[in-house]
Amino acid sequence: MAPLLAVEDLHVTFDSPTGVVEAVRGVSFTVGAGECVAVVGESGSGKSVTARTLVGLAGAGARVRAARLDLADRDVRSYRPRDWRRVRGRLAGLVTQDALVALDPLRTVGAEVGEVLAAHDIVGRRERAGRVVHLLDEVHVPEPGRRARQYPHQLSGGLRQRALIASAIAGEPALLIADEPTTALDVTVQAQILRLLAERRATGAGLLLISHDLAVVAQVADRVLVMRDGRIVEQGPTGRLLRAPQHPYTRQLLAAVPSASSRGRRLGEPAQVRDGCAVPVLRRTPLPARPVVRPDDAVLDAVGLTRRYGPHTVVRDVSFRVARGETLGLVGESGSGKSTIARLVAGLLAADAGTVTFESARWSGVPERTRRPLRRRLQLICQDPLGSFDPRYTVGRVVAENLDPGPDRTDRVLALLHRVGLGPDLLHRHPRSLSGGQRQRVAIARAIAPRPSLIICDEPVSALDVSIQAQVLDLLGELRAADGTALLFISHDLGVVHHLADRVLVLHDGVVVEQGPVGDVFSYPRHDHTRSLLDALPTLVTAG
Amino acid sequence: MTVTLGTTPTAVVAATLVTDPPAPARRRRGRPRPGLLAAGTYLILLVVAAVVPALLAPGDPLAADPRAALTAPGAAHWLGTDQLGRDVWTRVVHGAGHSLTIGLAATAIAVTGGVLLGLLAGLAHRFADEALSRSFDALSAFPLLLLALLLITVAGPGTASLIVAIGIATLPHHARVVRAQTLLVRRAGYVEQAVSFGLSRPRLVLRHVLPNVIGPVPVLAVIGLGEAILAAAGLSFLGLGPQPPSPEWGAMLSEGRNYLQVAWWMTVLPGAAVTATVVALTVVGRHWQARFDGRQH
Repeated sequence: MAPLLAVEDLHVTFDSPTGVVEAVRGVSFTVGAGECVAVVGESGSGKSVTARTLVGLAGAGARVRAARLDLADRDVRSYRPRDWRRVRGRLAGLVTQDALVALDPLRTVGAEVGEVLAAHDIVGRRERAGRVVHLLDEVHVPEPGRRARQYPHQLSGGLRQRALIASAIAGEPALLIADEPTTALDVTVQAQILRLLAERRATGAGLLLISHDLAVVAQVADRVLVMRDGRIVEQGPTGRLLRAPQHPYTRQLLAAVPSASSRGRRLGEPAQVRDGCAVPVLRRTPLPARPVVRPDDAVLDAVGLTRRYGPHTVVRDVSFRVARGETLGLVGESGSGKSTIARLVAGLLAADAGTVTFESARWSGVPERTRRPLRRRLQLICQDPLGSFDPRYTVGRVVAENLDPGPDRTDRVLALLHRVGLGPDLLHRHPRSLSGGQRQRVAIARAIAPRPSLIICDEPVSALDVSIQAQVLDLLGELRAADGTALLFISHDLGVVHHLADRVLVLHDGVVVEQGPVGDVFSYPRHDHTRSLLDALPTLVTAG
Repeated sequence: MTVTLGTTPTAVVAATLVTDPPAPARRRRGRPRPGLLAAGTYLILLVVAAVVPALLAPGDPLAADPRAALTAPGAAHWLGTDQLGRDVWTRVVHGAGHSLTIGLAATAIAVTGGVLLGLLAGLAHRFADEALSRSFDALSAFPLLLLALLLITVAGPGTASLIVAIGIATLPHHARVVRAQTLLVRRAGYVEQAVSFGLSRPRLVLRHVLPNVIGPVPVLAVIGLGEAILAAAGLSFLGLGPQPPSPEWGAMLSEGRNYLQVAWWMTVLPGAAVTATVVALTVVGRHWQARFDGRQH
């Protein structure tokens, strides 16, 4: 039997003002009925363009060329927009990443899902409402009858993603294409959505899953294609690919994933190759040794922090202590109060109750004037470095601002840029023209400039590709060893925290449910919430 | 294969509509539009007329010649003369200085006051902001001319009070834009970061808030300048600005009004000058605004 989807030598090019951009360069693969194929790659690898081309939505100005492009035994190469409209939703359904923008804010969820049924004339007008409720029920939306009458903004991220999947499967397409379906979601919700997608496969539908996250696809995919620069560098059954990656890039990707096993070691080093044949074990070089942390020597002491927004208490009685040179991880799902704690500790937000002591001085409830002399001892790195730079400033000025003035300031800036692995040529560049990883390095250079004793890192690597994330985490690991800087490391990614933190604080609905050494907490979780976070975490089962 | 989005209204398609924005329409550089070119040329001439009027019209705008009163446009006075025999062209050229000075001075008051009050409202505590903002709203509720008239009634007619009145009347517009911009900037990540550099509040405002707030102001000022010139002409038409025999465009219109049936040229030229100035400033201002908006995204 012919596969559901057969792609041979697919090329997609875009005309841009600077010339022709080749996004996909000769990709070939198949997806069979009931099979889940995952395409993994970093941003710019061409994975999304590939997915969109398969539903005729490659984008404006795209030129598609292929030796074969068969969807359910139909050659779709010569399809025009009108033909594609019949295909979308019926033969191939597309689920995109951000369900909030993908759903029309002015229409109810039921109307949105029902529209697919109407467009393809699948069920009569009278049965449509019932069918919509049935579909929502099928994707495990609780109280589907009520939810169908609600608007997207009344639904949580997970429910919205489910509604989007419901509309994608409404026409019972033979092939379901999911482009980063779980990227914006918390781990527990992500696990549910992955399970849901796996269920579709059981009904005989083919599933093409696009993701940047190897661990996510490892959960559900039968086969994995690794894409880079528009080409497939490696493909194979999931288990084989993860256990014995052949291509250096696949190995680099696998090595870059932070986890318990990568603690104290670099993530950014490519795996070793011995005598030309692949070594299954991922070798990682160790990070420099760090000074011993003395738990009684506290840099920061937070006691009973509470913060309310109107009637909502977002942080309730949170106490913790960061010792000199220690890395404290703060994990929790979105809305658990992580960022509020960062702002309270940074003295950017006043607490309703509780006190913060920094460097043995009172830090909360005092006027800004009193705090100012100590300000530079506590620095911030946030998720969006670009937003934290004055839009008019060059890289040099951004870093220089956090240094004392002096004739040798430019030299000191250059030295800092060198420390974070950036060349002197970037000095006069504008941060806008830098890549995400370079921007975060600039932010780190600025943060370490005044030699702070504590750096608050609020999701510093969440917006980065895994290999760039690995480099930034390695950099943080090196810097804290060299400077003895304490880190308050906030992340929703348990793997990152496990890799980097000494102790961890698990936050749930603004309350600390568990804290302790990271190994203890993650190996022997005592609280149910910690356990559910860990259970939901997709893990890579690789040898070594 | 070029793919265009169909009208199939499914969520799936809607998703792509949002995530796949069409390529931004780019205007090719190096080919200025004729309208913009004309507006620019006119404004350059206007500035020349204001700074060195003798270059365009060597005569004396006040020199009366009763024998040549109300001469139609011709060889001697190519745009005719007024009821006192003064050359209309010379007067209009020399009037540019008056109109431009009043417009610039009034706009300067509006921009300076607007930026300061807007910044204050945007940075102040809620109650002060509320009080300032409501007063901007109250001032904006009056039409520009009516408000200016009211202020001149209090202060008495004259060029100085005309300038102040127009300045105050157009101030709320600038203040509101600056306030809105300030509210955005003060919550920006880089301002929060600057707190952690240990910057004092005034330095923080001067270094990070003000420069980032001020972006749209020059554009607004250019468009506001046209508005101020129009208002000034209107008020001096009513006799509340520069007094005769000064060759101010509004005052000239007012004088020419009585001779409209016998000497149309007395009103047409000053009127055309006012109109062309406002249109040219608006065209240039809008173009600049479009460029500015383009740069923001």
